[in-house]
Order: sequence, then C-alpha cells, then structure tokens
Amino acid sequence: MYTSTSNRRSFIKKMAVLSAMTAAASMFPGIIFAEEQQRNLPKGDLDWKKAPCRFCGVGCGVMVGVENGKAVAVKGDPNSAVNKGLCCVKGYHSVMAFYGKDRLTKPLVKKNGRYVETSMEEALDLVASKMQETIKDHGKDSVSIYGSGQWTIPDGYAASKLFKGCIGTNNVEANARLCMASAVTGFMTSFGIDEPMGCYEDMDHADVFILWGNNMAEMHPVLFSRLLDQRLKRGVKIIDFATRTTRTSMAADKSILFLPQTDLAVANAICYEIINNGWVNKSFVEKHCNFSKGLTDMGYGLEDKYSFTDKPEKISFEEYKTFLEDYTPEKVEKISGVSAKDIKYMASFYGDPNKKVMSLWCMGMNQHTRGTWINNLVYNIHLLTGKISQPGNSPFSLTGQPSACGTVREVGTLTHKLPHGVVANAEHRAFAAKIWDVPAENIDPKPTYHTVEMFRALDRGDIKFMWIQVTNPMVTMPKLKRYRDATKKEGRFIVVSDIYPTPTTDIADVILPSAMWVEREGMYGNSERRTQHFEKMIDPPGEAMSDTWQLVEVAKRMGFEKQFYYNEETHIEEIYNEYRRHHDNDKHRMAPLEVLKEESGAMWPYVDGKSTKWRFNAKYDPACSNGEDYHFYGKPDGKAVIWQRPYEPAAEEPDAEYPYWLNTGRVVEHWHTGSMTRRIPVLHRAMPHAYVELNPGDAKRMQVKTGDKMKLTTRRGEIILPASVNERGVPAPMQVFVPFFDENMLINDITLDSFCPISKEPDYKKCAVKVEKA
Amino acid sequence: MPIKSYLAHPHENQKETLVAELSSLDNCEVIPAENKDVLILVTDTKDKTEEANLKDQLDTIKSLKLLAMVSGFNSPKN
Repeated sequence: MYTSTSNRRSFIKKMAVLSAMTAAASMFPGIIFAEEQQRNLPKGDLDWKKAPCRFCGVGCGVMVGVENGKAVAVKGDPNSAVNKGLCCVKGYHSVMAFYGKDRLTKPLVKKNGRYVETSMEEALDLVASKMQETIKDHGKDSVSIYGSGQWTIPDGYAASKLFKGCIGTNNVEANARLCMASAVTGFMTSFGIDEPMGCYEDMDHADVFILWGNNMAEMHPVLFSRLLDQRLKRGVKIIDFATRTTRTSMAADKSILFLPQTDLAVANAICYEIINNGWVNKSFVEKHCNFSKGLTDMGYGLEDKYSFTDKPEKISFEEYKTFLEDYTPEKVEKISGVSAKDIKYMASFYGDPNKKVMSLWCMGMNQHTRGTWINNLVYNIHLLTGKISQPGNSPFSLTGQPSACGTVREVGTLTHKLPHGVVANAEHRAFAAKIWDVPAENIDPKPTYHTVEMFRALDRGDIKFMWIQVTNPMVTMPKLKRYRDATKKEGRFIVVSDIYPTPTTDIADVILPSAMWVEREGMYGNSERRTQHFEKMIDPPGEAMSDTWQLVEVAKRMGFEKQFYYNEETHIEEIYNEYRRHHDNDKHRMAPLEVLKEESGAMWPYVDGKSTKWRFNAKYDPACSNGEDYHFYGKPDGKAVIWQRPYEPAAEEPDAEYPYWLNTGRVVEHWHTGSMTRRIPVLHRAMPHAYVELNPGDAKRMQVKTGDKMKLTTRRGEIILPASVNERGVPAPMQVFVPFFDENMLINDITLDSFCPISKEPDYKKCAVKVEKA
Repeated sequence: MPIKSYLAHPHENQKETLVAELSSLDNCEVIPAENKDVLILVTDTKDKTEEANLKDQLDTIKSLKLLAMVSGFNSPKN
C-alpha cells in the first residue's frame, strides 16, 4: 500500500470516473461514454452474454465478453435495473479472476503430509467413502458441510438435500451466518418472514438516507452512486451514522459518529423523540403493530455449547413508552457520544410526515452481539412512523455476498432451516421430504450447530468430517487460531472445494478444484429479492467441476441415486424446477427459469408474471389478504412487532490493559478474503496488504506515522501491521480499524468469537486491543 | 491530494468548447458523453492550494453551465 502510491492513485481515479459514469447513467438513461467504456475492451467479435456480477450482494447485471472460449471482458448490462449499465472496479475486472497462475485444476489428496494429484473420479470416491465411514463409526451428526453466500442456488440446494434430506443431519451451515444472520432474525422477529420489504427503486423515491454503520461508498459503490445521483437530481440528504470516518462520511451531507455498541441506545432515543413529539402514525400502529419485549442479559456465547431461547412477552404501548424514558436524547448523549442535538436531528427526518426515509445497513448492525436487537430497533422507528413498505419509505438491510439471500436464506442452508420453513416444524419437514423423495423421518427435527459452534464441535471432536465449499474460514473465523488448530487434530477429515489455494485449502485432506461463476450454469439471489440466472459461457480448467455437480456425484456414490437423479447436461434446470416447488405460494413464488434466462432477474414473490417490488403493501403485493392497506402476513395475526430492546454493552470493552476498540472490515478493492481479487493485478497493486488505521491524535501521541510497524495485542494473541494515519478511513480516538482480506496478516487470529445470542452471528466490530509501536 | 469527479454541464451548443477548455487545464481529465450534453471531469491535485487554484480557473470558463461533484476522495494519499 505504501510503496505503490501511483498505482493506488490511478485506481482511485478509475473509481472516481466510475462513480461519475454511474451517476450519469442514472440521470440520462442510455448515455454512452464510448471512449471510456471501449478503452479497455479487446477488439474483435466478442460474444456478449448476461450474468449477475460474481462479487457482492448488490447483484449488478454484467455482460461477459467471450472470445475463442475465453472470458476476456466485462461491461455493465444496460438492461439491469440494479446498475443501469455500469459496475464497480471489482466487477469490471472480474473475469481476470479466472486466469490466476495458480488456479486449482486437479484434485489433490494429502498423503504422508504431502499433496498428491489424483483424478476427480478417485477424489470423489474418497470423499464419499470417507463420509460413509465416518457416519458408520461416529453417527450421522459427525459429518458436516460448510458453504457460502457465494454458493449458487443449485449448490446450496444440493447440499441441503444431501445432508438434511438424505444423510439426515442438520450439520449444514454457511458463511452467511457470519454476515447476515442478524438480519434474518431481525426480520423473523419483527415480521415473521425474511428479507427486505422494499427494493433498490426506493432510492429513486426517498428524500433522506440514513446509513447505519454502513460504508456504502466502498462496500456497495454502485448503490452509493445511485444515492449521489439522487442528490444531484433531487437534493436528497445522506446522513452517515457510524463509528469511523470513511469515504462514505466524506461524501455524506452529515457525518455523525457514535461509540461502538451504542447504536442501540441512539435508536431507542429516536423512538423516544418520535413518541415525545407526537410523530407516531397512530392509525398505522394500532392496525398493524404489536409491542413485545424479550429476555435481556443474554450473555455473548463465549462458552462452548452456549444456548439461548428468547421468551417474547406482549407489552402495551404505555409500557413501551415508559421503557423509553431511560433513552431521552440527553441521557443517550452520555452513553453514545452523539449530541442530543444530532439525535433530535435524525429523529426529525423520521418524524416528518412529508419526508420519505430510507435506512440502510449491512455489517455494522449485523456483526453485533445484539445484532437482532439493533435490527429490531431500526424497524421500530419505521413502524412507529408508518414509514415502511412504501416507495421511498424503507428500512433496507443490504447483503454482502452475491447469493447470501438467494442461497443461504432462501434455500435455507443453515442448521435450523429448510427451503420452506424450519426443521423443527413437522409440517415443513413433511413438505420438504415429499419433494426430496425421502422419508419425513430422515429430516432431524433438532438443529445442531451454528457456524461458530460447528467449528467448536470440530475442535472437541464431535464433528469428524467437514466439507467446505466456496469459502475461506481459515481467514474469516473469529478467534481463528483455536479453529485452525482444531482442523489439524487427529481424526479430523477436511474436504475443501475451491478455485485457488487458500489458508483453508492448506488444512484440507482433499482439495477439489471448482468451476467458477460462468464456467458453469447457476443462479444468485441479491439483496432486493432478485434472482438472476447465468449460463455456462466457458469451460473450467483441467478437471475443475461445479460445486453442484461435485455434490451430486458424491450423493450418487453414497447410494442416493434416486434423489440425485439429475442429468449432467440439464441438472441446473432440473434442480431449479424442483427447488421452485418449495416456494410454490404467493408469499415466495420464484420466477420460472425461462423468465430468468430472458430478463435481468426477477423479484420474488413472482406472481401472475410480475415481480413484487414492495411487500406487505396491498397496492403492490398480491399476498396481502386482510382487506387493509398493509398486511404483515409473516405473523399469524398479520401484525409486525415493535420490540422493547435495551442498550447492553459489548462482550469485551476497552480497559486499562487493552485500552482501544478493534474494528475489522473490508476494502473496496478486495472481495472478502481476497482469494480472487488478490490475483487480479490492478486490484492487488492498489491494495497489496492489510494495515491498521489509527486516529491521527493517537498516532501523534504515540509518535507514529504511516508505514510504521504496530503491534496489536488482544487476549487471543498479537499481530504486527503497518500503520495508516489520515489515509482512507479515520477511526475515532482510541479506536483502530484493520481490514481482514490479507491472509498474510490474519487479524482474525486476535478477534473475539462472541456472538448475538439470537442470530449466533459473531461481532467482528468490537473487542478490546492494546496498540503499541512494534 | 484530492481526486474528485464531476458531471460538467455545458451551456447550449458549447459542449465541444467546454471539452477543449477543460482539457487544456492541468490536473484535469475529461470524458465526454457520446450522446448527451454532459461530460465527466476528473481532477487530480497535489494539495489544497492547487485545488483552490484549479477551482478559480474553472470558475472563469464561460462554456461551463454547472459543475456537480459526484465523488471526492480527499485524503493524503488517495
């Protein structure tokens, strides 16, 4: 980072150009910047085919240019409602990720401590036989699969069917547990049904955007450009409410900083203001909302086999109002560091009946030991004011991965889930079993392990076999050292399917080379319930095979030929059509495959040939059936829940020994752990390694300048990183930020594995750390 | 060392003049739209003084009707 300033400046310049192009495209539909768009495209006759972008959860439509069997270019899909023809720098360079020099092309099996090449047939035989042997010796719950929000829909479906339906274990988890689980439990507790009620089109209608701990400028740059475009066109306001000053703060109309974890208190203070000023939409609340409280002092999941079940209890509006007396702006100012004036300022937008407000969030609210609660609290604000399920009035949980919604949340690749419903429900089990063609008794009614506990079970030896696909947990797990050591213990067998060597393939007994993105056919589902299809455009290298087909082959070898009857040529279509049967109802109907092939995605529920843009609003959502304007049909009584949730401190807060807050996250150049983007030269050169951002005042006091080596120590260990002062992001005093993409500087070795007791999602944003010059 | 991008709107029938005038300035990169009366301007300056000088120069361009900032990365090395 510090030796390649010119590369980085050129990268930033490119970002600036792309932001402007995106804004222009929104203002002038059909605008062409031919010179810029054509500059990097290869000459010749390219065959352009549509796909959703491989990277983040925005789900931009891209066109992939193929020449002589090679993907050589990418451009934005002008027909995509998501990005209107443009995409960010990662998207533009995505096809280069196919062609890294060290691409895995042959299966590798560890023998006597060394990896030996073998054939795919032999490797799949070994995976199947090892899994069968483990089940025979230790029971069905000794085997597990750990997948990803980057799994395609068919990948996740095949995994769930094999493990839950055929083998009969609920040891199915995915890395979306680490990024989206609190969003899911937020939706489930407030509305009884998952995923946002609105869509990206809300951005074209809202007057005010409040970003809750959400660095959109780096993490969702195309969507952020849409906000900037709306500011140019309509003068909308963007308020960045965060713990750290970022590029988003710099571009926002107002940046408000809060102390870590205190967003809970501020959200309650906003609700206090709404009630105190008479801004409650009384008829909406009376008709469509209940009030509830749950258990408090839940703990933080730090101990093995921790369990928690909430006990919701209905309360009255008056009780809720009394509870909020503890959260006046003046009291909350003392907890949060946010002035009462700024709290009232934010509340005034939510309270103004003439302002449409969109709240946006992602990891800041989800990776939180009270992640479910803070999701509930932001919904409270929108429910109290009735600003929900209408164009422009929209609480919107953004997702991080291309199919965290489409695969993990909708197919249900989490321990408690089925494609429709949950394993604990006998009707849901029977329904899934019928479609899967397995006895209903095969599906275990009891969820087993969420992600952190699954790796703890591997450490304890309760799990002996783990198959990891499309994810890199040996970079991303919190308190990583414990879980890395676990994989090396005697009697564990790890299979890893990936496209490049990673720290996770390093711990594998079998490495299966995977086909990537458009080297196979598949679908992703993005943040706005949009399902998008992509066809196979190029051949994968060597013996690389799609994750879906790897699962099908292993299932057949394990004796499940009847359930995995699919034909290799048509299996994606067969699987998708089978999957659609799970959602064959007006609340979640998926678009037919031919629609997805023709259009740039469709939003479920897809009813009578139409996508549903705003759920729960009878004007737009055919599933509303209560005869009212709004129907929160996820709950049995059709009402959403306003939750009484208090502020509680983080699991580990700074003290005399570890006086700083440690916050971790992503950077715009790299996709998550960088296993793909670090092999794209322009992105790698722009951001070659991790760093620790310091507040300039702290740096001055410690006499630290950019590039100096810093030692970070937590109760889990220590790490050395170069300092970054007054560069991209600026943490508040006594806080530091470290990106997690760099496998050579594994910040997760020192993070804490505390999690939200309801969602079981770890908090990567807060633990205590000592910071000193190395 | 700010890098900023703008959408620059010319006065009627003055797009070509605006492209020429902006292109003649140091620290400016211009990308005109093919089919609309708008162009992208990217400025790359060393420091606040140079930035202010550039702004003064931009203010004197008569063919420029409106300059709207789209993104600004305003940190020392960015």
